[in-house]
Amino acid sequence: MTEWIPSAIQICYLIAASLFILGLKQLGSPATARRGNLLGAIGMLIAIVATLLDREILNYSTILVGMVLGSAIGTLMAQRVEMTAMPQMVGLLNGFGGAASALVAIGEFWKVLDAGLVPPLDDTITIVLSVLIGGITFTGSLLAFAKLQELMPGAPITFPAQQPVNLSLLIGFLVCSVYLVLDPTNTTVFLIMLGFSLVLGVLFVLPIGGADTPVVISLLNSFSGLAASAAGFVLMNNMLIIAGALVGASGIILTEIMCRAMNRTLANVLFSAFGSKTTLSAAGGAVQDKTVRSIDAEEGAMMLGYARSVVIVPGYGMAVAQAQHSVRELADQLERLGVEVKYAIHPVAGRMPGHMNVLLAEANVPYTQLYDMEDVNPEFERTDVALVIGANDVVNPAARHDHSSPIYGMPILEVDRAKHAIVIKRGMNAGFSGVENELFYQDKTVMLFGSAKDMVAKLVGGVKEL
Amino acid sequence: MTEGLMTGIVVFVLATFIGVEVINKIPPTLHTPLMSGSNAISGISLVGALLVAGEQNWHLSVILGFIAVVLAMINVVGGFLVTDRMLQMFKKKEVKA
Repeated sequence: MTEWIPSAIQICYLIAASLFILGLKQLGSPATARRGNLLGAIGMLIAIVATLLDREILNYSTILVGMVLGSAIGTLMAQRVEMTAMPQMVGLLNGFGGAASALVAIGEFWKVLDAGLVPPLDDTITIVLSVLIGGITFTGSLLAFAKLQELMPGAPITFPAQQPVNLSLLIGFLVCSVYLVLDPTNTTVFLIMLGFSLVLGVLFVLPIGGADTPVVISLLNSFSGLAASAAGFVLMNNMLIIAGALVGASGIILTEIMCRAMNRTLANVLFSAFGSKTTLSAAGGAVQDKTVRSIDAEEGAMMLGYARSVVIVPGYGMAVAQAQHSVRELADQLERLGVEVKYAIHPVAGRMPGHMNVLLAEANVPYTQLYDMEDVNPEFERTDVALVIGANDVVNPAARHDHSSPIYGMPILEVDRAKHAIVIKRGMNAGFSGVENELFYQDKTVMLFGSAKDMVAKLVGGVKEL
Repeated sequence: MTEGLMTGIVVFVLATFIGVEVINKIPPTLHTPLMSGSNAISGISLVGALLVAGEQNWHLSVILGFIAVVLAMINVVGGFLVTDRMLQMFKKKEVKA
Protein backbone atom coordinates (compact mmCIF):
# COMPACT_ATOMS: atom_id res chain seq x y z
CA MET A 1 0.00 0.00 0.00
CA THR A 2 1.15 3.47 -0.68
CA GLU A 3 1.87 6.23 1.78
CA TRP A 4 -0.85 8.65 0.79
CA ILE A 5 -3.83 6.46 1.51
CA PRO A 6 -4.21 7.29 5.24
CA SER A 7 -4.13 11.00 4.49
CA ALA A 8 -6.61 10.60 1.66
CA ILE A 9 -8.94 8.74 4.00
CA GLN A 10 -8.70 11.52 6.57
CA ILE A 11 -9.48 14.12 3.92
CA CYS A 12 -12.49 12.12 2.78
CA TYR A 13 -13.67 12.02 6.39
CA LEU A 14 -13.31 15.78 6.60
CA ILE A 15 -15.35 16.19 3.42
CA ALA A 16 -18.00 13.83 4.80
CA ALA A 17 -18.23 15.76 8.08
CA SER A 18 -18.55 19.04 6.15
CA LEU A 19 -21.31 17.57 4.01
CA PHE A 20 -23.19 16.54 7.14
CA ILE A 21 -23.06 20.11 8.44
CA LEU A 22 -24.09 21.59 5.07
CA GLY A 23 -26.84 19.00 4.76
CA LEU A 24 -28.26 19.87 8.16
CA LYS A 25 -28.11 23.55 7.26
CA GLN A 26 -30.13 22.95 4.10
CA LEU A 27 -32.68 20.99 6.10
CA GLY A 28 -33.63 24.42 7.47
CA SER A 29 -35.99 25.29 4.65
CA PRO A 30 -38.61 23.14 2.91
CA ALA A 31 -37.31 24.34 -0.45
CA THR A 32 -33.77 23.01 0.07
CA ALA A 33 -34.42 20.26 2.58
CA ARG A 34 -34.46 17.42 0.10
CA ARG A 35 -31.09 18.46 -1.29
CA GLY A 36 -29.78 18.74 2.25
CA ASN A 37 -30.76 15.18 2.98
CA LEU A 38 -29.07 14.09 -0.23
CA LEU A 39 -25.88 15.92 0.79
CA GLY A 40 -25.91 14.01 4.05
CA ALA A 41 -26.32 10.75 2.18
CA ILE A 42 -23.43 11.60 -0.15
CA GLY A 43 -21.30 12.42 2.88
CA MET A 44 -22.13 9.02 4.29
CA LEU A 45 -21.26 7.31 1.01
CA ILE A 46 -17.88 9.07 0.88
CA ALA A 47 -17.20 8.05 4.47
CA ILE A 48 -18.05 4.41 3.73
CA VAL A 49 -15.94 4.22 0.58
CA ALA A 50 -13.01 5.89 2.31
CA THR A 51 -13.22 3.44 5.19
CA LEU A 52 -13.22 0.48 2.82
CA LEU A 53 -9.82 1.67 1.56
CA ASP A 54 -8.40 1.31 5.05
CA ARG A 55 -5.64 -1.25 5.19
CA GLU A 56 -7.01 -2.66 8.43
CA ILE A 57 -9.88 -4.10 6.45
CA LEU A 58 -8.99 -7.46 5.02
CA ASN A 59 -12.24 -9.33 5.08
CA TYR A 60 -14.47 -7.76 2.45
CA SER A 61 -16.94 -10.58 2.01
CA THR A 62 -18.29 -10.37 5.56
CA ILE A 63 -18.68 -6.64 5.22
CA LEU A 64 -20.39 -6.88 1.87
CA VAL A 65 -22.93 -9.39 3.15
CA GLY A 66 -23.64 -7.19 6.16
CA MET A 67 -24.03 -4.06 4.07
CA VAL A 68 -26.35 -5.67 1.51
CA LEU A 69 -28.47 -7.21 4.24
CA GLY A 70 -28.70 -3.95 6.17
CA SER A 71 -29.50 -1.91 3.05
CA ALA A 72 -32.26 -4.32 2.04
CA ILE A 73 -33.91 -4.20 5.45
CA GLY A 74 -33.50 -0.42 5.67
CA THR A 75 -34.98 0.15 2.21
CA LEU A 76 -37.93 -2.09 2.97
CA MET A 77 -38.62 -0.32 6.25
CA ALA A 78 -38.39 3.13 4.68
CA GLN A 79 -40.79 2.21 1.88
CA ARG A 80 -43.34 0.36 3.96
CA VAL A 81 -43.69 2.59 6.98
CA GLU A 82 -46.91 4.59 7.43
CA MET A 83 -46.42 8.27 8.13
CA THR A 84 -48.38 7.90 11.36
CA ALA A 85 -45.85 5.24 12.40
CA MET A 86 -42.89 7.57 11.89
CA PRO A 87 -42.14 7.92 15.62
CA GLN A 88 -41.79 4.14 15.97
CA MET A 89 -39.58 3.99 12.91
CA VAL A 90 -37.27 6.72 14.17
CA GLY A 91 -37.30 5.09 17.60
CA LEU A 92 -36.28 1.75 16.16
CA LEU A 93 -33.56 3.29 14.00
CA ASN A 94 -32.24 5.16 17.06
CA GLY A 95 -32.01 1.83 18.81
CA PHE A 96 -30.12 0.22 15.93
CA GLY A 97 -27.68 3.12 15.80
CA GLY A 98 -27.10 2.91 19.53
CA ALA A 99 -26.63 -0.85 19.36
CA ALA A 100 -24.14 -0.51 16.49
CA SER A 101 -22.11 2.03 18.47
CA ALA A 102 -22.05 -0.18 21.55
CA LEU A 103 -21.09 -3.21 19.45
CA VAL A 104 -18.21 -1.27 17.90
CA ALA A 105 -16.89 -0.50 21.38
CA ILE A 106 -17.36 -4.09 22.55
CA GLY A 107 -15.72 -5.38 19.39
CA GLU A 108 -12.73 -3.07 19.90
CA PHE A 109 -12.43 -4.27 23.48
CA TRP A 110 -12.33 -7.90 22.39
CA LYS A 111 -9.97 -7.13 19.56
CA VAL A 112 -7.44 -5.71 22.02
CA LEU A 113 -7.87 -8.65 24.39
CA ASP A 114 -7.57 -11.19 21.55
CA ALA A 115 -4.31 -9.61 20.56
CA GLY A 116 -3.11 -10.36 24.09
CA LEU A 117 -2.82 -6.68 24.98
CA VAL A 118 -4.08 -4.69 27.94
CA PRO A 119 -6.31 -1.77 26.89
CA PRO A 120 -4.76 1.54 28.01
CA LEU A 121 -6.63 3.78 30.45
CA ASP A 122 -8.04 6.15 27.82
CA ASP A 123 -9.42 3.30 25.77
CA THR A 124 -11.03 1.65 28.76
CA ILE A 125 -12.79 4.86 29.72
CA THR A 126 -14.09 5.58 26.23
CA ILE A 127 -15.20 1.96 25.79
CA VAL A 128 -17.08 2.07 29.10
CA LEU A 129 -18.79 5.29 28.08
CA SER A 130 -19.66 3.93 24.68
CA VAL A 131 -21.18 0.77 26.15
CA LEU A 132 -23.21 2.79 28.66
CA ILE A 133 -24.72 5.24 26.15
CA GLY A 134 -25.10 2.68 23.36
CA GLY A 135 -26.70 0.12 25.65
CA ILE A 136 -29.22 2.56 27.13
CA THR A 137 -30.07 3.86 23.67
CA PHE A 138 -30.61 0.34 22.35
CA THR A 139 -32.97 -1.09 24.97
CA GLY A 140 -34.59 2.28 25.71
CA SER A 141 -35.45 2.73 22.03
CA LEU A 142 -36.75 -0.82 21.69
CA LEU A 143 -39.06 -0.21 24.64
CA ALA A 144 -40.21 3.14 23.25
CA PHE A 145 -40.87 1.34 19.96
CA ALA A 146 -42.91 -1.35 21.74
CA LYS A 147 -44.97 1.29 23.50
CA LEU A 148 -45.65 3.29 20.34
CA GLN A 149 -46.41 0.20 18.28
CA GLU A 150 -48.79 -0.81 21.07
CA LEU A 151 -47.00 -4.08 21.62
CA MET A 152 -47.30 -3.16 25.28
CA PRO A 153 -49.45 -0.68 27.23
CA GLY A 154 -48.46 2.92 26.60
CA ALA A 155 -49.32 3.99 30.13
CA PRO A 156 -46.44 4.63 32.52
CA ILE A 157 -45.36 1.50 34.33
CA THR A 158 -44.15 2.16 37.83
CA PHE A 159 -43.09 -0.03 40.69
CA PRO A 160 -42.11 0.79 44.26
CA ALA A 161 -38.67 2.22 44.83
CA GLN A 162 -38.18 2.77 41.09
CA GLN A 163 -35.78 5.68 41.44
CA PRO A 164 -33.61 4.01 44.12
CA VAL A 165 -33.40 0.89 41.92
CA ASN A 166 -32.33 2.97 38.91
CA LEU A 167 -29.82 4.82 41.00
CA SER A 168 -28.31 1.64 42.39
CA LEU A 169 -28.05 0.23 38.86
CA LEU A 170 -26.17 3.34 37.78
CA ILE A 171 -23.92 3.09 40.82
CA GLY A 172 -23.40 -0.58 40.05
CA PHE A 173 -22.35 0.39 36.55
CA LEU A 174 -19.91 2.99 37.89
CA VAL A 175 -18.41 0.52 40.37
CA CYS A 176 -17.92 -1.98 37.56
CA SER A 177 -16.28 0.62 35.35
CA VAL A 178 -13.85 1.62 38.11
CA TYR A 179 -13.10 -2.06 38.56
CA LEU A 180 -12.53 -2.40 34.84
CA VAL A 181 -10.18 0.58 34.78
CA LEU A 182 -8.11 -1.12 37.47
CA ASP A 183 -8.29 -4.53 35.81
CA PRO A 184 -8.93 -3.88 32.10
CA THR A 185 -8.81 -7.53 31.03
CA ASN A 186 -11.60 -8.73 33.31
CA THR A 187 -14.30 -9.85 30.87
CA THR A 188 -16.77 -10.90 33.59
CA VAL A 189 -16.92 -7.39 34.96
CA PHE A 190 -17.24 -6.08 31.43
CA LEU A 191 -20.26 -8.28 30.72
CA ILE A 192 -21.94 -7.40 34.02
CA MET A 193 -21.44 -3.75 33.13
CA LEU A 194 -23.00 -4.31 29.72
CA GLY A 195 -25.97 -5.97 31.41
CA PHE A 196 -26.41 -3.00 33.72
CA SER A 197 -26.53 -0.57 30.81
CA LEU A 198 -29.14 -2.65 28.95
CA VAL A 199 -31.38 -2.92 32.02
CA LEU A 200 -30.98 0.81 32.67
CA GLY A 201 -32.32 1.58 29.19
CA VAL A 202 -35.47 -0.44 29.89
CA LEU A 203 -36.05 1.05 33.34
CA PHE A 204 -35.46 4.54 32.01
CA VAL A 205 -38.30 4.37 29.46
CA LEU A 206 -40.69 2.16 31.46
CA PRO A 207 -42.21 4.92 33.64
CA ILE A 208 -42.73 7.34 30.74
CA GLY A 209 -46.27 7.65 29.43
CA GLY A 210 -47.50 7.56 25.84
CA ALA A 211 -48.16 11.29 25.68
CA ASP A 212 -44.55 12.01 26.56
CA THR A 213 -43.05 9.89 23.82
CA PRO A 214 -42.11 12.89 21.63
CA VAL A 215 -39.69 13.89 24.34
CA VAL A 216 -38.30 10.40 24.81
CA ILE A 217 -37.82 9.87 21.09
CA SER A 218 -35.98 13.20 20.82
CA LEU A 219 -33.83 12.37 23.81
CA LEU A 220 -32.97 8.92 22.48
CA ASN A 221 -32.15 10.56 19.15
CA SER A 222 -29.64 12.67 21.01
CA PHE A 223 -28.31 9.59 22.79
CA SER A 224 -27.81 7.73 19.52
CA GLY A 225 -25.66 10.65 18.38
CA LEU A 226 -23.68 10.68 21.60
CA ALA A 227 -23.23 6.92 21.26
CA ALA A 228 -21.72 7.44 17.80
CA SER A 229 -19.47 10.14 19.24
CA ALA A 230 -18.37 7.81 22.01
CA ALA A 231 -17.57 5.15 19.42
CA GLY A 232 -15.56 7.86 17.65
CA PHE A 233 -13.54 8.37 20.83
CA VAL A 234 -12.90 4.62 21.04
CA LEU A 235 -11.59 4.56 17.46
CA MET A 236 -10.01 8.03 17.71
CA ASN A 237 -11.96 8.98 14.61
CA ASN A 238 -12.78 12.70 14.43
CA MET A 239 -15.49 12.34 11.81
CA LEU A 240 -17.48 10.00 14.06
CA ILE A 241 -17.07 12.46 16.89
CA ILE A 242 -18.28 15.38 14.75
CA ALA A 243 -21.25 13.55 13.24
CA GLY A 244 -22.27 12.20 16.62
CA ALA A 245 -21.98 15.62 18.25
CA LEU A 246 -24.21 17.17 15.55
CA VAL A 247 -26.90 14.58 16.13
CA GLY A 248 -26.48 14.86 19.88
CA ALA A 249 -27.04 18.62 19.69
CA SER A 250 -30.03 18.21 17.37
CA GLY A 251 -31.72 15.73 19.70
CA ILE A 252 -31.15 17.88 22.77
CA ILE A 253 -32.58 20.96 21.07
CA LEU A 254 -35.70 19.10 19.97
CA THR A 255 -36.07 17.63 23.45
CA GLU A 256 -35.94 21.10 24.94
CA ILE A 257 -38.47 22.47 22.45
CA MET A 258 -40.87 19.64 23.27
CA CYS A 259 -40.48 20.15 27.00
CA ARG A 260 -41.09 23.86 26.66
CA ALA A 261 -44.21 23.22 24.57
CA MET A 262 -45.55 21.00 27.35
CA ASN A 263 -44.44 23.46 30.02
CA ARG A 264 -42.47 20.81 31.86
CA THR A 265 -38.87 20.23 32.72
CA LEU A 266 -37.03 17.27 31.30
CA ALA A 267 -36.65 15.84 34.80
CA ASN A 268 -40.41 16.07 35.26
CA VAL A 269 -41.05 14.20 32.00
CA LEU A 270 -38.55 11.47 32.84
CA PHE A 271 -39.38 10.86 36.45
CA SER A 272 -42.96 11.92 37.21
CA ALA A 273 -44.88 9.17 35.34
CA PHE A 274 -47.27 11.88 34.04
CA GLY A 275 -50.64 10.52 32.95
CA SER A 276 -50.63 7.60 35.36
CA LYS A 277 -53.70 7.10 37.51
CA THR A 278 -52.43 9.01 40.51
CA THR A 279 -51.95 12.26 38.61
CA LEU A 280 -55.27 11.89 36.80
CA SER A 281 -57.48 11.90 39.87
CA ALA A 282 -56.17 15.28 40.93
CA ALA A 283 -57.66 17.03 37.91
CA GLY A 284 -61.06 18.13 36.69
CA GLY A 285 -64.38 18.29 38.46
CA ALA A 286 -64.90 22.05 38.49
CA VAL A 287 -67.02 22.32 35.35
CA GLN A 288 -69.51 19.50 35.92
CA ASP A 289 -72.63 21.63 35.97
CA LYS A 290 -71.99 23.45 32.74
CA THR A 291 -73.55 22.45 29.46
CA VAL A 292 -72.17 22.16 25.97
CA ARG A 293 -73.95 23.12 22.76
CA SER A 294 -74.00 20.44 20.13
CA ILE A 295 -74.81 21.03 16.46
CA ASP A 296 -75.07 18.84 13.37
CA ALA A 297 -72.73 18.77 10.38
CA GLU A 298 -75.07 20.81 8.19
CA GLU A 299 -75.05 23.71 10.60
CA GLY A 300 -71.29 23.36 10.96
CA ALA A 301 -70.86 23.49 7.18
CA MET A 302 -72.89 26.72 7.10
CA MET A 303 -70.73 28.32 9.77
CA LEU A 304 -67.58 27.40 7.88
CA GLY A 305 -68.86 28.23 4.41
CA TYR A 306 -70.00 31.72 5.31
CA ALA A 307 -66.88 32.59 7.29
CA ARG A 308 -64.18 34.81 5.88
CA SER A 309 -61.32 33.10 7.64
CA VAL A 310 -61.05 29.63 9.12
CA VAL A 311 -58.20 28.21 11.16
CA ILE A 312 -58.05 24.44 11.36
CA VAL A 313 -56.47 23.02 14.51
CA PRO A 314 -55.57 19.39 13.89
CA GLY A 315 -54.68 17.13 16.79
CA TYR A 316 -53.42 13.63 16.92
CA GLY A 317 -57.01 12.38 17.04
CA MET A 318 -57.34 13.52 13.44
CA ALA A 319 -54.30 11.52 12.39
CA VAL A 320 -55.46 8.42 14.25
CA ALA A 321 -58.78 8.65 12.39
CA GLN A 322 -56.82 9.08 9.12
CA ALA A 323 -58.96 12.14 8.46
CA GLN A 324 -56.20 14.35 7.05
CA HIS A 325 -57.21 13.74 3.43
CA SER A 326 -60.84 14.70 4.14
CA VAL A 327 -59.59 17.74 6.02
CA ARG A 328 -57.63 18.82 2.96
CA GLU A 329 -60.73 18.31 0.83
CA LEU A 330 -62.72 20.46 3.25
CA ALA A 331 -60.08 23.17 3.01
CA ASP A 332 -60.21 22.98 -0.81
CA GLN A 333 -63.99 23.36 -0.80
CA LEU A 334 -63.79 26.33 1.59
CA GLU A 335 -61.15 28.02 -0.53
CA ARG A 336 -63.39 27.54 -3.53
CA LEU A 337 -65.96 29.67 -1.64
CA GLY A 338 -63.31 32.31 -1.00
CA VAL A 339 -62.67 31.41 2.62
CA GLU A 340 -59.12 31.93 3.82
CA VAL A 341 -57.88 28.68 5.38
CA LYS A 342 -54.89 28.23 7.66
CA TYR A 343 -53.68 25.34 9.76
CA ALA A 344 -52.47 25.96 13.30
CA ILE A 345 -49.91 23.42 14.45
CA HIS A 346 -49.06 23.04 18.11
CA PRO A 347 -45.50 21.79 18.72
CA VAL A 348 -46.79 18.64 20.43
CA ALA A 349 -49.67 18.02 18.03
CA GLY A 350 -48.30 14.69 16.86
CA ARG A 351 -46.29 11.88 18.35
CA MET A 352 -42.93 13.45 17.59
CA PRO A 353 -41.65 16.96 16.85
CA GLY A 354 -43.10 18.18 13.55
CA HIS A 355 -45.10 14.99 13.07
CA MET A 356 -48.37 16.78 12.25
CA ASN A 357 -46.68 18.73 9.48
CA VAL A 358 -45.57 15.50 7.82
CA LEU A 359 -49.05 13.99 8.12
CA LEU A 360 -50.60 17.06 6.49
CA ALA A 361 -47.91 17.20 3.83
CA GLU A 362 -48.78 13.61 3.00
CA ALA A 363 -52.35 14.75 2.41
CA ASN A 364 -51.01 17.37 -0.04
CA VAL A 365 -51.54 20.35 2.22
CA PRO A 366 -49.08 23.01 1.00
CA TYR A 367 -46.57 23.83 3.73
CA THR A 368 -47.21 27.54 3.20
CA GLN A 369 -50.62 27.04 4.87
CA LEU A 370 -49.13 25.49 8.01
CA TYR A 371 -48.56 27.97 10.82
CA ASP A 372 -46.55 27.49 13.99
CA MET A 373 -48.06 28.40 17.32
CA GLU A 374 -46.27 31.74 17.72
CA ASP A 375 -47.27 32.87 14.24
CA VAL A 376 -50.90 31.87 14.36
CA ASN A 377 -51.89 32.92 17.88
CA PRO A 378 -52.15 36.65 17.04
CA GLU A 379 -54.38 35.65 14.08
CA PHE A 380 -57.14 34.06 16.12
CA GLU A 381 -58.72 37.41 17.02
CA ARG A 382 -59.32 38.03 13.33
CA THR A 383 -60.56 34.49 12.73
CA ASP A 384 -64.25 33.81 12.21
CA VAL A 385 -64.24 30.08 12.90
CA ALA A 386 -61.60 27.88 14.51
CA LEU A 387 -62.17 24.22 13.65
CA VAL A 388 -60.64 21.93 16.27
CA ILE A 389 -60.27 18.33 15.09
CA GLY A 390 -59.16 15.78 17.64
CA ALA A 391 -57.14 18.21 19.72
CA ASN A 392 -57.84 18.88 23.37
CA ASP A 393 -55.23 19.93 25.91
CA VAL A 394 -53.41 22.17 23.44
CA VAL A 395 -56.52 24.40 23.10
CA ASN A 396 -57.52 24.48 26.77
CA PRO A 397 -57.68 28.11 27.96
CA ALA A 398 -57.21 26.91 31.54
CA ALA A 399 -53.52 26.70 30.73
CA ARG A 400 -53.52 30.50 30.65
CA HIS A 401 -55.37 31.46 33.83
CA ASP A 402 -56.19 28.50 36.07
CA HIS A 403 -53.33 28.18 38.52
CA SER A 404 -54.69 24.94 39.93
CA SER A 405 -54.76 23.20 36.55
CA PRO A 406 -52.02 20.62 35.89
CA ILE A 407 -51.50 22.14 32.48
CA TYR A 408 -51.25 25.71 33.79
CA GLY A 409 -48.54 27.62 31.94
CA MET A 410 -48.45 25.30 28.95
CA PRO A 411 -48.38 27.34 25.73
CA ILE A 412 -51.66 26.80 23.90
CA LEU A 413 -53.31 27.67 20.61
CA GLU A 414 -55.66 30.49 21.57
CA VAL A 415 -58.74 29.12 19.88
CA ASP A 416 -60.98 30.82 22.46
CA ARG A 417 -60.02 34.19 21.01
CA ALA A 418 -61.63 33.34 17.67
CA LYS A 419 -65.20 34.53 17.08
CA HIS A 420 -66.53 30.97 16.98
CA ALA A 421 -65.06 27.56 17.64
CA ILE A 422 -66.26 24.22 16.30
CA VAL A 423 -64.88 21.20 18.10
CA ILE A 424 -65.08 17.76 16.50
CA LYS A 425 -64.82 15.15 19.21
CA ARG A 426 -65.99 11.62 19.87
CA GLY A 427 -67.39 12.36 23.30
CA MET A 428 -66.70 14.40 26.35
CA ASN A 429 -63.66 12.44 27.53
CA ALA A 430 -60.78 14.43 28.93
CA GLY A 431 -57.50 14.76 27.06
CA PHE A 432 -54.15 13.08 27.73
CA SER A 433 -53.56 15.14 30.82
CA GLY A 434 -56.95 14.10 32.20
CA VAL A 435 -58.03 17.73 32.50
CA GLU A 436 -61.51 19.00 31.61
CA ASN A 437 -61.44 21.54 28.81
CA GLU A 438 -63.35 24.72 29.58
CA LEU A 439 -63.25 25.74 25.92
CA PHE A 440 -66.04 23.21 25.29
CA TYR A 441 -68.34 25.00 27.71
CA GLN A 442 -67.92 28.50 26.37
CA ASP A 443 -70.80 30.24 24.61
CA LYS A 444 -68.87 30.68 21.38
CA THR A 445 -68.04 26.98 21.16
CA VAL A 446 -70.19 24.37 19.48
CA MET A 447 -69.51 20.64 19.47
CA LEU A 448 -69.78 18.18 16.61
CA PHE A 449 -69.87 14.77 18.22
CA GLY A 450 -68.63 11.90 16.09
CA SER A 451 -65.49 10.39 14.64
CA ALA A 452 -63.19 12.89 12.99
CA LYS A 453 -63.32 11.15 9.63
CA ASP A 454 -67.13 10.90 9.41
CA MET A 455 -67.69 14.40 10.64
CA VAL A 456 -65.20 16.02 8.31
CA ALA A 457 -66.63 14.03 5.39
CA LYS A 458 -70.12 15.29 6.31
CA LEU A 459 -68.78 18.83 6.54
CA VAL A 460 -67.28 18.46 3.07
CA GLY A 461 -70.65 17.31 1.77
CA GLY A 462 -72.39 20.20 3.49
CA VAL A 463 -69.98 22.82 2.19
CA LYS A 464 -70.24 21.44 -1.35
CA GLU A 465 -73.94 22.17 -1.36
CA LEU A 466 -73.54 25.81 -0.32
CA MET B 1 -4.71 12.02 29.10
CA THR B 2 -3.23 11.36 25.70
CA GLU B 3 -3.09 14.00 23.04
CA GLY B 4 -5.53 12.09 20.85
CA LEU B 5 -8.21 12.08 23.52
CA MET B 6 -7.72 15.79 24.14
CA THR B 7 -8.07 16.56 20.42
CA GLY B 8 -11.20 14.42 20.36
CA ILE B 9 -12.75 16.41 23.18
CA VAL B 10 -11.93 19.71 21.44
CA VAL B 11 -13.50 18.45 18.21
CA PHE B 12 -16.56 17.21 20.08
CA VAL B 13 -17.20 20.50 21.85
CA LEU B 14 -16.72 22.60 18.72
CA ALA B 15 -18.95 20.31 16.67
CA THR B 16 -21.65 20.56 19.33
CA PHE B 17 -21.59 24.35 19.04
CA ILE B 18 -21.93 24.12 15.26
CA GLY B 19 -24.78 21.66 15.68
CA VAL B 20 -26.66 23.94 18.06
CA GLU B 21 -26.20 26.95 15.76
CA VAL B 22 -27.32 25.13 12.63
CA ILE B 23 -30.22 23.23 14.15
CA ASN B 24 -31.68 26.13 16.10
CA LYS B 25 -32.55 27.74 12.77
CA ILE B 26 -34.62 24.81 11.53
CA PRO B 27 -38.39 25.58 11.64
CA PRO B 28 -40.79 23.23 13.49
CA THR B 29 -42.35 22.21 10.18
CA LEU B 30 -39.22 20.24 9.39
CA HIS B 31 -38.50 18.76 12.79
CA THR B 32 -39.57 15.23 11.90
CA PRO B 33 -37.40 15.03 8.76
CA LEU B 34 -34.60 16.65 10.77
CA MET B 35 -34.90 13.91 13.31
CA SER B 36 -34.94 11.04 10.85
CA GLY B 37 -32.20 12.67 8.79
CA SER B 38 -29.92 13.30 11.73
CA ASN B 39 -30.79 9.82 12.87
CA ALA B 40 -29.35 8.50 9.62
CA ILE B 41 -26.20 10.52 10.24
CA SER B 42 -25.82 8.91 13.66
CA GLY B 43 -25.52 5.64 11.74
CA ILE B 44 -21.99 6.87 11.03
CA SER B 45 -20.86 4.34 13.61
CA LEU B 46 -21.05 2.13 10.53
CA VAL B 47 -17.52 3.30 9.82
CA GLY B 48 -16.41 1.88 13.13
CA ALA B 49 -18.37 -1.29 12.48
CA LEU B 50 -16.61 -1.75 9.13
CA LEU B 51 -13.21 -1.50 10.81
CA VAL B 52 -14.18 -4.02 13.49
CA ALA B 53 -15.81 -6.45 11.04
CA GLY B 54 -13.02 -6.22 8.52
CA GLU B 55 -10.48 -8.32 10.35
CA GLN B 56 -8.98 -11.33 8.68
CA ASN B 57 -9.77 -14.01 11.24
CA TRP B 58 -13.09 -15.05 12.69
CA HIS B 59 -12.81 -13.71 16.19
CA LEU B 60 -15.75 -12.82 18.37
CA SER B 61 -15.10 -9.20 17.47
CA VAL B 62 -15.72 -9.93 13.79
CA ILE B 63 -19.13 -11.39 14.62
CA LEU B 64 -19.95 -8.36 16.75
CA GLY B 65 -18.70 -6.14 13.95
CA PHE B 66 -20.87 -7.95 11.43
CA ILE B 67 -24.00 -7.41 13.53
CA ALA B 68 -22.98 -3.77 13.96
CA VAL B 69 -22.59 -3.37 10.18
CA VAL B 70 -26.09 -4.74 9.57
CA LEU B 71 -27.72 -2.56 12.26
CA ALA B 72 -25.84 0.59 11.29
CA MET B 73 -26.61 0.02 7.62
CA ILE B 74 -30.34 -0.31 8.41
CA ASN B 75 -30.02 2.93 10.35
CA VAL B 76 -28.25 4.75 7.52
CA VAL B 77 -30.23 3.51 4.53
CA GLY B 78 -33.60 3.49 6.29
CA GLY B 79 -33.00 6.93 7.76
CA PHE B 80 -31.97 8.69 4.56
CA LEU B 81 -34.63 7.02 2.42
CA VAL B 82 -37.51 7.69 4.77
CA THR B 83 -36.39 11.31 5.16
CA ASP B 84 -36.39 11.71 1.41
CA ARG B 85 -39.82 10.12 1.21
CA MET B 86 -41.14 12.64 3.70
CA LEU B 87 -39.45 15.66 2.16
CA GLN B 88 -40.76 15.00 -1.31
CA MET B 89 -44.26 15.41 0.13
CA PHE B 90 -43.54 18.94 1.29
CA LYS B 91 -44.89 21.09 -1.52
CA LYS B 92 -45.58 24.74 -1.87
CA LYS B 93 -48.69 24.43 -3.98
CA GLU B 94 -50.62 21.33 -4.73
CA VAL B 95 -49.57 19.69 -7.96
CA LYS B 96 -52.55 18.36 -9.82
CA ALA B 97 -52.00 14.73 -10.68
